[in-house]
Amino acid sequence: MTTTEKGQLVTANRLRDGIAVFLTRGGDWSEVIDEAVLALEPQAAAALEARARDDEKKTIVTGAYLVDAERLEGRVRAAHIRERMRALGPTVRLDLGKQSEGKGAGFAAPEGE
Amino acid sequence: MYRYDEFDHQFVRERTIQFRNQTERRLSGALTEDEFRPLRLMNGLYLQLHAYMLRVAIPYGTLSGRQMRQLAYIAEKWDKGYGHFTTRQNIQYNWVKLEDAPDILDALAEVEMHAIQTSGNCIRNVTTDHWAGAAADEIADPRPVGELLRQWSSLHPEFSFLPRKFKIAVTGAPHDRAAVKVHDIGLRLHKNDAGEIGWEVIVGGGLGRTPMVGVTVRDFLPQHELIGYLEAIMRVYNLYGRRDNKYKARIKILVHEIGADKFKSEVEAEYARRPHPTTEVEERELARIAAYFAPPVFEKLPRWSASFEEAKLANPGFARWAKNNLGPHRVDGYAIVNISLKPEGGIPGDATGDQMRVMAELAERFGNDELRVSHAQNIVLPHVKRDDLLTVYQALDKADLAAANYGLAGDIIACPGLDYCALATARSIPVAQAISRKFADSQKQDEIGKLKINISGCINACGHHHVGHIGILGLDKKGEEFYQITLGGSSAESASIGTILGPGFAGHEVADAIETILDTYLKHREAGEEFLATYRRLGPKPFKEALYATA
Repeated sequence: MTTTEKGQLVTANRLRDGIAVFLTRGGDWSEVIDEAVLALEPQAAAALEARARDDEKKTIVTGAYLVDAERLEGRVRAAHIRERMRALGPTVRLDLGKQSEGKGAGFAAPEGE
Repeated sequence: MYRYDEFDHQFVRERTIQFRNQTERRLSGALTEDEFRPLRLMNGLYLQLHAYMLRVAIPYGTLSGRQMRQLAYIAEKWDKGYGHFTTRQNIQYNWVKLEDAPDILDALAEVEMHAIQTSGNCIRNVTTDHWAGAAADEIADPRPVGELLRQWSSLHPEFSFLPRKFKIAVTGAPHDRAAVKVHDIGLRLHKNDAGEIGWEVIVGGGLGRTPMVGVTVRDFLPQHELIGYLEAIMRVYNLYGRRDNKYKARIKILVHEIGADKFKSEVEAEYARRPHPTTEVEERELARIAAYFAPPVFEKLPRWSASFEEAKLANPGFARWAKNNLGPHRVDGYAIVNISLKPEGGIPGDATGDQMRVMAELAERFGNDELRVSHAQNIVLPHVKRDDLLTVYQALDKADLAAANYGLAGDIIACPGLDYCALATARSIPVAQAISRKFADSQKQDEIGKLKINISGCINACGHHHVGHIGILGLDKKGEEFYQITLGGSSAESASIGTILGPGFAGHEVADAIETILDTYLKHREAGEEFLATYRRLGPKPFKEALYATA
């Protein structure tokens, strides 16, 4: 039986190159959304956000924010299309961005078409 | 073309050094993001969905071959091999690293370019008619005034922190290809019965969430009064423009709220008490600038080129391209070449480094070393001999730059949309691609004729959807993209804002909806009638009926 975890993850842009990154359980920033840690309750989400603010001060990332997401069989799917796009790269240039570097998410940006 | 003098060089160089220092301080943590953001934006550096984006100014859309080659070099060295030409005649790079941005600005400065005033609440890059200096219908080349405005507005201390951004467009031709009526200030040249030229000054046009057509505040302003008069407009705006609400801060809202008459009288009162009534300096500077824009030495050629006519007979692909993509030049034996950056199913406005170099070389060999960027995201070679057109076409064709759809259904304006842009609410490019594929049949496009389809991925309207004959606006409806269709917009001299036709569509339904609209047009049009004229004659009713009949 598969379980779906719903919660929030923290995403930001890496300061030096602007690449979209996701906060991991270990406190690092990964380019791969599947490696993001998912906060299942508000307190945990606040803790993640606080950690991200620290990393902003340390000039590792910029513009961190919480995003609704769920984990299905180890893959993470952001709720909003915008975030699925950030986890992949432009849908009109599949040869570019994370999707072309083997770092793309497991869920297509546009769905239901 | 204008060439930098020592002052221009020093100005850009100092700015680049300053930005390198600011970037270093940001990377070291000495500056917070809140402190740095306005500084990077003043240098055209945005943070988008996937990376930083650098928007480079192309003043009045004019480039030399050398500059275009440098844009290609930047695309390959610091980006992913391509750039995106925008609806403001600029170029954007989508994958820039913050740590590389100062080097890119250095590379731009080498070829007399920069990214100043491509963001922020200042007077942005001035745009003009992309056929300037070449068009058969032109009264005078508007670019000397464009350059004068660039010099006047660059880092102007009084106008660097306006209530909101400010866009000026200039046209020297009666047929408006620069959309002057939908800019904060639009300038349109007229000639009176005595043969003198003067500027019609239009204020308060704009798109975005509150689209408006501008109002004329002066019918015929003598050229030497231009700077003084624009200063008066800017002062009135700077004083009365709203700063409490970002969405009501553009000059169009001010003009609308106090009324055109009141606004005009405020401007005239300000102009009457201007501190420097003499215009000697401006006149001298304009004369200096104008010398750089002296027309090229054109050969004396017959209007009719035998080799061109023969080539068209022998090569139907060339004939079709020539029919659609050439503009009437003011000199016999020459043509304006419009290079469509809209191949079938392509991304509107994107060009690779290789393509940029092909266009640069063609400009150098056959086009007086001049290129233009159009607000419709195409590239123009303004001065090409008719005898050279076949060679130019063949080189373009080899580089996938010979789409023969200039001004037709496939020549779609589209902003980057949600594929790149942090502000977007929906994607624009895939919709443009679907429509482009739907009308891939060149005969069908020719049958439909002149058409402007404009697509924006959010209410900010970078894709100029309000003034598309057919406008498409992408919105977010509970996390899903959906698209509103408007009809009847125009940015030409008879400017109008499009009307929303009815309920929106899902992304995959849009291309079919456009086909239904165009089939309805073909059914109802009178002989020789373009889409916009048919819409204006009939109104939305038949289109609505066709589109929502089954709903």
